[in-house]
Amino acid sequence: MTDPAAVPVIEGRGLSKQFRGAAKQSIDALSEVSFRVMPASLTALVGPDGAGKTTLIRLMAGLMSADSGELTVLGVDPSRDPQTIQNRIGYMPQRFGLYEDLSVQENLDLYADLHGVSQAERRARYPELMDMTALGPFTRRLAGKLSGGMKQKLGLACSLVRSPDLLLLDEPTVGVDPLSRRELWDIIDRLVREKGVPVLLSTAYLDEAGRCDHVVVLHEGKVLAEGVPGDVTKAADGRTFAVRAQAGEPARELQARLLDEPDVLDATPEAGLVRVVRRAGTGDGPIAGLEATAVPARFEDAFMVLMQPDAAPKDKAPSAGADMKLDHPPAAGGDGPVVEVRDLVKRFGDFVAVDKVSFEVRRGEIFGLLGPNGAGKTTTFRMLCGLLNATSGVLKISGADLKRSPASARQKIGYVAQKFSLYAQLSVSENLDFFASAYGLHGARRRERIDWAVGQFELGPFAQQLGGQLPGGYKQRLATAAALLHEPDILFLDEATSGADPLARREFWRRITALAKQGVTVIVTTHFMVEAEYCDRIAILDSGRVLAQGSPTEIRARGVTPDNADPTMEDAFIAVIEAARTPASGEKAA
Amino acid sequence: MDESSPLMAKARRVGALIRKESRQMVRDPSSFAIGVVLPLMLILLFGYALSLDVKHVPIAVVLEDTSSQGAEIAASFQLSSYFETQVTRSMALAQGKMLSGEIDGIVRVPSDFARRAVQGDGQVQLLVNGIDGNTARIVEGYAEAAVAQSGARLSAEGQDNASVGGQASVENQLWFNSANDSRYFLVPGLVVLIITLIGAFMTSMVVAREWERGTFEALFVTPVRTDEILLGKTVPYFLLGVGGMFLTIGAARFMFNVPIRGSLSILIGVSMVYLLVSVATGLLISSSLKNQFLCSQVTMLVTFLPALMLSGFIYDLRSVPLGILLASYLVPARYYVSLLQTLFLAGDVWSVIWPNLLILTGVALALLALARRATRKRLD
Repeated sequence: MTDPAAVPVIEGRGLSKQFRGAAKQSIDALSEVSFRVMPASLTALVGPDGAGKTTLIRLMAGLMSADSGELTVLGVDPSRDPQTIQNRIGYMPQRFGLYEDLSVQENLDLYADLHGVSQAERRARYPELMDMTALGPFTRRLAGKLSGGMKQKLGLACSLVRSPDLLLLDEPTVGVDPLSRRELWDIIDRLVREKGVPVLLSTAYLDEAGRCDHVVVLHEGKVLAEGVPGDVTKAADGRTFAVRAQAGEPARELQARLLDEPDVLDATPEAGLVRVVRRAGTGDGPIAGLEATAVPARFEDAFMVLMQPDAAPKDKAPSAGADMKLDHPPAAGGDGPVVEVRDLVKRFGDFVAVDKVSFEVRRGEIFGLLGPNGAGKTTTFRMLCGLLNATSGVLKISGADLKRSPASARQKIGYVAQKFSLYAQLSVSENLDFFASAYGLHGARRRERIDWAVGQFELGPFAQQLGGQLPGGYKQRLATAAALLHEPDILFLDEATSGADPLARREFWRRITALAKQGVTVIVTTHFMVEAEYCDRIAILDSGRVLAQGSPTEIRARGVTPDNADPTMEDAFIAVIEAARTPASGEKAA
Repeated sequence: MDESSPLMAKARRVGALIRKESRQMVRDPSSFAIGVVLPLMLILLFGYALSLDVKHVPIAVVLEDTSSQGAEIAASFQLSSYFETQVTRSMALAQGKMLSGEIDGIVRVPSDFARRAVQGDGQVQLLVNGIDGNTARIVEGYAEAAVAQSGARLSAEGQDNASVGGQASVENQLWFNSANDSRYFLVPGLVVLIITLIGAFMTSMVVAREWERGTFEALFVTPVRTDEILLGKTVPYFLLGVGGMFLTIGAARFMFNVPIRGSLSILIGVSMVYLLVSVATGLLISSSLKNQFLCSQVTMLVTFLPALMLSGFIYDLRSVPLGILLASYLVPARYYVSLLQTLFLAGDVWSVIWPNLLILTGVALALLALARRATRKRLD
């Protein structure tokens, strides 16, 4: 093997790593992981939170050592000689290592100094980096004042102050809106294609895997599959179909029904249809009496197949939450909208965060607020929850003005925050107890509500476990359960599924679908464009204004171009935003 | 000079880290607060507001005895700068003033004072507001001395039973702090607190902050070495500490007129050694705990509070119970306080300077070595 192109840049064999959990039990972060990264290629570690991606990348960067197994990075064992590796590679950790109180230029200079980049090299390198990241106009700005996408680009630029022999990126696109994600991917692509830098990155976005040369699919510390994305996708070949909902039935309700079909391994709503992955050997006949049209398999389909070996019985996680029942579904009430927002404005000094936003949400509807970072979604949300006062405009919850009766309006609202906002040091039942008291529930009713939450969210076996130690999907359940204790009519979900694995996301949406069907009004924000498909209607926000509003099908139609007849929600999203932004502006309001 | 020699590269990296740290320090309002505002506040607080001296305590002398002996007692209080004395004949009046807080003590000279004093049994009644124990004790002590003196003079003035050689009266004389001004030891002591705060507290917070924010993770995967990271943290906070030290020494000398009887260069030298002890403690704590909240608590507990209470800065270590005295030997600040007190108030007393300086130097080196071992470019 003398051909340098055939020698792997990274090779791992049988890598295992255990951590000691807080309850003294050991957690297998990695077990028997073997994989390769080839020169001048783009490799992705794909998997949900907790799959072991970060641990694996830290092993390669010489920041941790494996308990067993062999690892070679650029011909060196990183646990034996970490400094050699650290001299040669570029690394961007998940929590970007930027100094927020230093300017863009000062951050770059720091890393250039540490890597011993000469002044002459800098003169050549800096313009190139600025050109690549479009950070040129912001060199004097403090890194902490950049938007999420720009921070990621700066982090990337810092790891590229000199040409690294290998670039390790830990979830470079996490929490970044679709627009910035696309820009980041363009930069990474160019690095690999034009400069020949081998790049290994990790991602929880399964749709990103298709852009890579090589993927390593990780789940719970084990490699599920490794290879060219197209080959991995083959696992679902011949098993993917589209099923049309009958008139009047929202796609998400059909999807929820289909998940219970014995033939069906996975189902997701998409473009008014439901995409179905069938179990092996279930043929291509109708599903649940509905005609099924074969569609090409995608990476995520294969991931679902790999995650759930067919031998598994039908009662796997996706069907959990199917029979979610409310004790007292919200009353039907009048015809008026449950949430009414008219000409809502919020100013912070000169800065207009929300600019005349209007929308209405009816009982039992799921309404999605989408937009890039800094679009004003969170500000709108906070005003809806009564956490922030509007500068002007009308905000009505069930017909009552939020300004005049914030307390009674808040009683009707349940809120699930983006970050896990429950008490990590309290057990599941203590958390529920606390939130029940916070909502003013007591006596028999309080017991009844807690029993309901524990039963409906299947938290019984975890009742005594500390909130902070729950697996990701269960934290999600607990947070939603807590938000529903006081039987709100309206549920606000702020990026509630970010970082959750696909199974947990299915289950989560299943519950939301069941709640909506029983009359709960739901408003969500999300970075996963595919989740917009669960909504009845969505609004796309940018710079505080509503750019587009309508059903997912209507929005998707906005993305149609001569060469893209069937755009995805993400294509449509980017098309809407780009059309609204003047060509000159590259900056986003923070 | 070879531009690319390893030593040059090392120097450049350390330089970059020091620049970065200094910029952060200047921009972070909390470092300005701890580095400049806090020392100033402590100087003003300890210098002006907190005084352990008793001066101008309002008292009343109730003179029920009209004899000259009684008047003499009253006069001795009136002449003392420690008291603001009102003389009255009515006990009821004085008690009223005491209750309303106008006065802090009553010295009652009963009507039979002179008569009993002649028999060597002169007694006054003393009522002191015990809320402020310190003042109470001093008023009590002073009154006792005044009465004893008066009694002694009476017997000395040719009264029959006086012993032949006359009576010796005790005369207090305070050495080193002849004005008995508590600022003389409080203000130099402040140098300890300020150096401890800047050195240990700030250093531990900024290192823990890097662990918490994940900025170390990116920094680790560069050619930078552990000792360079430590040096990059030590130098800026050492310099900030030197600034705080000059501020307090200057304040001591010029605002409060505390004499510096030893040499200034030795004072600065030993202060730097103690500063190094503090910075190293901060580095060691933060490298081990990696959490700002924990670091602030632990640093307060193991550096600041002992420096305040066990260093001999406020409480004289010669009068504490044995257990506490022994514990105080574990507190580096005590060696520094004894150096400070010597250098400010006594002079270059080498028999005091050498042992304390050697201990401090040893502690500094040991702590730095421990901090070096505790800081590793690892996340597991």
